[in-house]
Amino acid sequence: MTRTAKAAAAALVVGLLASACSQGSATRSAESTPGGKVTLRYLTFSAAPDHVKDLDKIVTAFEAENKNIDVVVETAPYDEYFTKLQTSIAGGTAPDTFELNYENFVTYAAAGSLLDLGTVAGDADPSVYAAESLAAFKHDGKQYALPASFSTVVLFYNKELFKKAGVPEPTADWTWKDEQAAAERLTDRKAKVYGDYQPVQFFEFYKTLKQAGGEFLSADGKKSAFNGPAGIKAAKWLVGKVGKVMPTEAEIGGTADYDTNLFKSGKLAMWHNGIWQFAGLKDVPFEWDVVVEPGDATKASAVFHNAVAASAGTKHGKEAFAWARFLSSSGTAATTRIESSWELPPVADRSVLAGYLKAPKPANRQAVFDSLTSIALPPVIKRQQEMQDTVTEELANAAAGRKTVEEALTAAAAAVDKLLG
Amino acid sequence: MTAVKTKAGPKAGATAGPKAQGRRRLRYAGTVALFLLPSAIPLTLFTLVPMAASLWTSLHEWNLIQPMTWVGLGNYAELLGDAETRAAFWHTLYFIAGYLPLVYAGGLGLAVLLNRAMKGRDLFRAIYFLPVITSWVVVALMWKWLLNPATGLVNQALSLIGVAGPGWWTDPVWAMPSVILASAWKDLGFVMIILLAGLQAIPKEYHEAARVDGAGGLRRFRYVTLPLLSPSTFFVIVISLINGFQVFDQVHVMTGGGPAGATQVVVEQIYDLTFRYGRAGMASALSWLLFAVVLIVTVVQVRAQRRWVNYG
Repeated sequence: MTRTAKAAAAALVVGLLASACSQGSATRSAESTPGGKVTLRYLTFSAAPDHVKDLDKIVTAFEAENKNIDVVVETAPYDEYFTKLQTSIAGGTAPDTFELNYENFVTYAAAGSLLDLGTVAGDADPSVYAAESLAAFKHDGKQYALPASFSTVVLFYNKELFKKAGVPEPTADWTWKDEQAAAERLTDRKAKVYGDYQPVQFFEFYKTLKQAGGEFLSADGKKSAFNGPAGIKAAKWLVGKVGKVMPTEAEIGGTADYDTNLFKSGKLAMWHNGIWQFAGLKDVPFEWDVVVEPGDATKASAVFHNAVAASAGTKHGKEAFAWARFLSSSGTAATTRIESSWELPPVADRSVLAGYLKAPKPANRQAVFDSLTSIALPPVIKRQQEMQDTVTEELANAAAGRKTVEEALTAAAAAVDKLLG
Repeated sequence: MTAVKTKAGPKAGATAGPKAQGRRRLRYAGTVALFLLPSAIPLTLFTLVPMAASLWTSLHEWNLIQPMTWVGLGNYAELLGDAETRAAFWHTLYFIAGYLPLVYAGGLGLAVLLNRAMKGRDLFRAIYFLPVITSWVVVALMWKWLLNPATGLVNQALSLIGVAGPGWWTDPVWAMPSVILASAWKDLGFVMIILLAGLQAIPKEYHEAARVDGAGGLRRFRYVTLPLLSPSTFFVIVISLINGFQVFDQVHVMTGGGPAGATQVVVEQIYDLTFRYGRAGMASALSWLLFAVVLIVTVVQVRAQRRWVNYG
């Protein structure tokens, strides 16, 4: 080989490597641009697909007020969100700011991945937030995230199906018994109309458990407590619907958004789901409404909290705080969320929320606020995802008849105790 | 100008002492190194370094978002006593036990069929090879759709002849067969191509001689084709076994390890541990256990091949 050829080959290798390296770094956050402008990345799961435009509106308003900040939005579906967030933190490419839900907040706060917002807040007034929402995102006395939105789960119902079957519409006083009786009368398997739909999984279970008067964990949080009479009652309530008033797993066949489409097509009478569905149901060709979920021993509604946090490693702490505060508490953010039925802003000033009640559909929006009077927060442990998966899998075993409810709960309790141990 | 020098090199080396010879060897080694560089650098960066890193990680507890903490061999000890790990290895073996015979028999059948003179032979070869170069995500989604218990084409076709189709990937009993079916279908073309090449390397004279001796079609296949095909068979089995141990894409897309953990194979477990449960140290240890198993199985195969592989 000649020396020139060698030199050329070496140059080629170096060139290839250089391009490989530069490609790698292209995914890193863009730092300050020449004009002194700060680029701030924000990763979210709640915006796509229905509310990307609404988020854009908030971003535009924020950038108009903060000319030196350029907010770059990145979205990921909830199922992949935490994988993406974790790996970006591990890889040193964490977004400056990102959304966190209540269940996962503790994990990230305890891991030291979040910026203590108290260090960059200046004299920002915390009283604009509803106190209990703000407190939910404190860890070890430090404010690691700002509450940005909350939502509750209610009972959706198709008014026309109730009318056709001659069944009185649900009220706030309903109990499981009323729901069950109605569901049986509303189910018409020949017409493929189902009376009820409540997913058999962790989130429905901890809530129905509370409705049945039980607790998920012992008072000291060190042991599971759901494998008792209340837990068995709650699990039987959920599992008992499958194949009777609700389709089975095989009938659903893993179809994505099966329940949403079933309700939208007018073939589902009652549906346990969150208020984030309001926007998507705007144009369905039938009348529908919502009511606070029926209870058993007591009422209990699931409340989901989302917050904005800043990465511990961000170089733009002050800007990150400004954006987090704007997104969580500004008038623009609050009204945008309310107008588009994109969950609710956790603001202290309840008059802001009044606008939410004025929207035409569903008529009984008051139920959303009523559901807040007795709430069930999800149990949170360090190994959260494993706990959720285990409970869901055992409930699925019971629903498919592979285990009895009692066997499934015993297995789930043993597994959760192991996770806590 | 340099060409002259290199040409002069050997001549000078032949007359000069060991010093010049050493220099020449060094230059030769440099040239070799330069040629190896383009593959050596990526191999180091993207295989050897990550392997070393995963070995290091396997000795720690690491949730990806916090600094690692040293646990020594703790992860390995926990894995060896863990029922879920054992289940994952059993599921993987179940997959291999279903997949390997199916893909080999199918591939061999196709290879024999498409080795004959027939119309459209090249077209068929291309068609059967098409799934091999198709993305696993596409193939898995397609099979998931075909085998959908409620709306899939397979169950609808079965219902036409009065058979109630099984729950396929929603039923723990049928989930693994579903995955095996899809995997065999996709890899059939690969096995076919390798065996086809093996078949074509068998000299016609052997078949003719056997025929003259009065051997029928089946006997010729048993005593001529199969023994002479054994090097290709060996290759196919080694590769398919390694692929079998690493089965992931189709499982991840079709069942995600479910239902009721029935298809939770080792690599799916590694994925879940890392990206779902934040236990990257444990996952790394499991990767090394899998590596050890694959290595042992492969070494055993290479040893055993002396007994049955016939290089003609």
